[in-house]
Amino acid sequence: MTIDFAHFTPYTSLIGGGLIGLAALILMAANGRVMGISGILSSALTTLPAGGTPAGWAWRWIFLAGTVLGPLVYLALRTDGLLVRPVNDGTWLYIGGFLVGLGSMIGAGCTSGHGICGLARLSLRSMIAVMTFMISAVVTVYIVHSGM
Amino acid sequence: MPLISALISGIIFGIGLAMGGMLDPAKVVGFLNIFGIWDPSLAFVMGGGVMVNLIGYFMFIRRMDQPLCEARFHTPQNRSLDIPLLAGSVLFGIGWGMTGLCPGPAVASLLTNPSTGGLFLIALCAGLLAGKLILSQFRPA
Repeated sequence: MTIDFAHFTPYTSLIGGGLIGLAALILMAANGRVMGISGILSSALTTLPAGGTPAGWAWRWIFLAGTVLGPLVYLALRTDGLLVRPVNDGTWLYIGGFLVGLGSMIGAGCTSGHGICGLARLSLRSMIAVMTFMISAVVTVYIVHSGM
Repeated sequence: MPLISALISGIIFGIGLAMGGMLDPAKVVGFLNIFGIWDPSLAFVMGGGVMVNLIGYFMFIRRMDQPLCEARFHTPQNRSLDIPLLAGSVLFGIGWGMTGLCPGPAVASLLTNPSTGGLFLIALCAGLLAGKLILSQFRPA
């Protein structure tokens, strides 16, 4: 193992993580909802057609709109821009996106729901999920991106 | 009020993702690349997020009878450690490792990186709906 000190950002990452935790806390304290993005997104797509109430549906789209706007606020506050380096495009991006969606629906959560919220509530189910997808992702990176 | 709090939470979430480095797929892959040149930064994102949420959860949320803007808390009641949890998490990890993107960053990338985040998001939604369809075959609602 070699540490990549050139890209290591402990301080901004810790503060960024703290803000993510704060966002989760606000959504739970005010709305009584788990900040799990896969769940919010899938319910935003299906709640109303499935006969849900508009009030139970609108907060999800508003939250997602805030998530889209957040990085623009960040860009407005910072002068050094936002580093974005995609690792693939086209077919692999579609396959990866589909697997992430399928997996988080079947496994009932993703990095935010199981990771940030589930771990904070000390949910055993979420701990197992996080360990499983971490191992799966590390093995995948070893196979697919071992040149990096 | 519940819409305003949802908006504020979403904006803070998006800022946190951008600041933490979660919108940079190569950084995410660098974090998962523990057998290569490893960038541990995202462990700090996860650590910071869980720490703030854990302290707040046990100090405040657990002592509240109901949320500030809604009638009741909606916390997951499912405690089972079952095959769908494990199988779903394995599939999720494969897609995450391949692309360096997961649902939160994909949504947050919609305007800052539409060519990658936007296309990923479309495939993500297709995967979510396919998953819902599969689950409905096994667990009739």
